[in-house]
Amino acid sequence: MTAPLVECAGVGFAYAAGGFAIRDLSFAVGFGETFGVIGPNASGKTTLVRLLSKVVEPSSGRIRLGGTDVAQLSRAEVARQVAVVPQDVPRGFRYTVEELVLMGRYPRAPRRFFESPEDRAAAQRAMEAADVLALRETLLDRLSGGERQRVMLARALAQEPRLLVLDEPTAHLDLRYQAECAGLLRRLGREAGLTIVLVSHDLSFAAELCDRLLLMSGGAAMRVGPPESVIDEAVLASAYGCRVLVDKHPISGRPTIHLVYPPG
Amino acid sequence: MIGPPSASGIRLAALLVGLGLVVALVAIGALFLGSARVPPGDVLAVLTGRVKGVDQVVVLSLRLPRILAALLAGGALAVAGAGFQALTRNPLAEPSVLGVSSGAAFGVIVAQVFGLGAGLVEAVGIAACAFAGALVAGVAVYVIASRGGGLPVHTLLLAGVIVGIFFSSAITVLISVLDFDRLGGVVHWLLGNLGPIAPTSLAVFAILTAVGLWLVVGQARPLNLLALGEESAQQLGVDAERLKRRVFAGAALLTSAVVAFVGPIGFVGLIVPQVLRMLLGPDNRLVIPAAVLGGGAFLLLADTLARNIVAPAELSVGVITAFCGAPFFVYLLRSRAPLAGP
Repeated sequence: MTAPLVECAGVGFAYAAGGFAIRDLSFAVGFGETFGVIGPNASGKTTLVRLLSKVVEPSSGRIRLGGTDVAQLSRAEVARQVAVVPQDVPRGFRYTVEELVLMGRYPRAPRRFFESPEDRAAAQRAMEAADVLALRETLLDRLSGGERQRVMLARALAQEPRLLVLDEPTAHLDLRYQAECAGLLRRLGREAGLTIVLVSHDLSFAAELCDRLLLMSGGAAMRVGPPESVIDEAVLASAYGCRVLVDKHPISGRPTIHLVYPPG
Repeated sequence: MIGPPSASGIRLAALLVGLGLVVALVAIGALFLGSARVPPGDVLAVLTGRVKGVDQVVVLSLRLPRILAALLAGGALAVAGAGFQALTRNPLAEPSVLGVSSGAAFGVIVAQVFGLGAGLVEAVGIAACAFAGALVAGVAVYVIASRGGGLPVHTLLLAGVIVGIFFSSAITVLISVLDFDRLGGVVHWLLGNLGPIAPTSLAVFAILTAVGLWLVVGQARPLNLLALGEESAQQLGVDAERLKRRVFAGAALLTSAVVAFVGPIGFVGLIVPQVLRMLLGPDNRLVIPAAVLGGGAFLLLADTLARNIVAPAELSVGVITAFCGAPFFVYLLRSRAPLAGP
C-alpha cells in the first residue's frame, strides 16, 4: 500500500445524548485507494463520514489528512481536501444544477462574493466528469434520483478534493443508475487518481468497487482487508445477525452476497 | 478578493443601478408631495438654497430627514427579513412575525421608562435596550421552536406569535401602570412613525444600520450554502455556528435600530425579500443587496402614501405595510405553489 492519505488512530466519539458512536477505531486509506465502509445500521458509518469531514471532532484519538491532524485545519482547509457526496439535497432547493455545482467552489476562496472564471471552469470540468453538463440550467427539483446523485458528485468534484467520501451513493438508484455510478467511480479512481471512501449498505456494490473494506459493528472495526477476507459468511452473520451466502461474481470474480430469507 | 467582473457581478451592478433609479424617483416624489402645499418650483428653490422660511423647514427639516429615515428603515427591515429567512430556512420568518420587533419595542419602552430622550447618548442607550430586547426575543423563539436540530415552519411561527404576544402584553402593562405623558407619542410610535427625527438620532440610526448591513450582506454566499442544510454547509467549509451568530446579530441589530428610531413596522421584511426572490431567484448574493434598496423604496412609497392619503391627517406607515403584508402573508401560506425559499 502507498503512504496513507487518511489515518485514523484510536478514534473515539460520543454524541451528547450519550453512548459511544465510535470506539477505538484505527485504519488507514492510501492515496488513490478505493476504500469501502460497510456495517449494519447504527454501526457508526455516518458518524465516520462526519468525523472525516470535521462536522464533528473525535473525543479521543486522532485523524490525520496527508499527515496533518484534522483538528489543526480550518473547515475550509478540510473542505479543500475532503468532499462529501450526501445521499440527496433538501426538498424545495430551487437552484439550478450549475449553481449547486458552483457551491463546491466555496472552500477554494471563501471570501470571494462571486465565483471567478477559474471557478466556473472547474465547475464545467466537474459537470463534464459527472456527465451532467447538459443539465446545467435545469432546476434540481426537476431531476430524477440518478441525475441528482450525479449532480451531487459533480459538486464534490468541483471542490477538487484529494479524498471523495460517498455516503450511500446507490441508496435511491435503480439498477441502470447503479451501474452508471459504478462506472463513474471506477473512472474517477483510475483516471483522476482520486482516493475514495465509499460508505454503503450494498455489500456486493462495495465489494465490486473497493480495494479494501472496513466492516464496522457497534462503532468499532470488526474487520479490515480485501473484499475476499471481509465478505465472509461467518463474519457477516456475526455482524448483521442474519445468514448470508457468499458467491463469486461470474465476470469480475469479486464476492457477491445473497441474503438467506427466513421461512415465514 | 478583486478580479474581473463576473456575469453575476455585472447582473448585480445592473440590478442595483436600476433599483437606485427607482429609489431616486420615489424620493423625488416624496420630496414634492405632502400636506403642506409647497409648489414644485419652491421645492427646487429650497434645494438650491434660494428660498428660506417655512418652505425650507418643510422640505429640509421635515421631508428630507423623513425620506432618509424611510430609506434606512426599509432597507434595514428587508435585509433583516432576508437574513432571518436564510438562517431559519423559512420564507415566512421576518422580524415582526418572529416576535423580534416586539422584544425590541419592549426594550425601547423600558429605556423610556428610565427617562432616555433624544440626545446622542440617549439615542445610543435606546438602541442598546432595543437590541437587548430583540436578542432576548430571538433566542426565546429559537429555543421554543427548535426540534432535533431543525426549525419546523409551524412551530417557528407559533413560537414567534407567542413571544410577540408576551412582549406586547408586557408593553401594555408598562403603558398602563406608568405615567402616560412620560411615554409621549408611544401609541403612534408603536404603529410605526417616520415623523420628525432629530439629526443626532438619524446619524446614530444610519451608523447602526450600516453595521447591521455589513454583518449580513457580506455573508450572502455562505447563506446560500446554508440552504443545503447545516451539515452540508459545514462540509463545504462554512463555519455554520459563526455564520449563524453573525447574521442573527446583524438582523437583530437592524431590527432594533428601526424599532428604536421609527417603531416596530411589520411585514417589510416579509414582502420585499419574497418579491425579490420571485423576480431574481433564490441567490442571496442578489436578493440581500437588492433588499437594501428595494426595502427602502417600498417603505418610502408606503410612507408617502401614509402622509398624503388622508391629508391633512396622517396614517402611521405601519398601517399601510400591514394592509399590504397581511394579505401577502395569507397568500404565501395558502399558495399551492412552493414558497420561494431562501
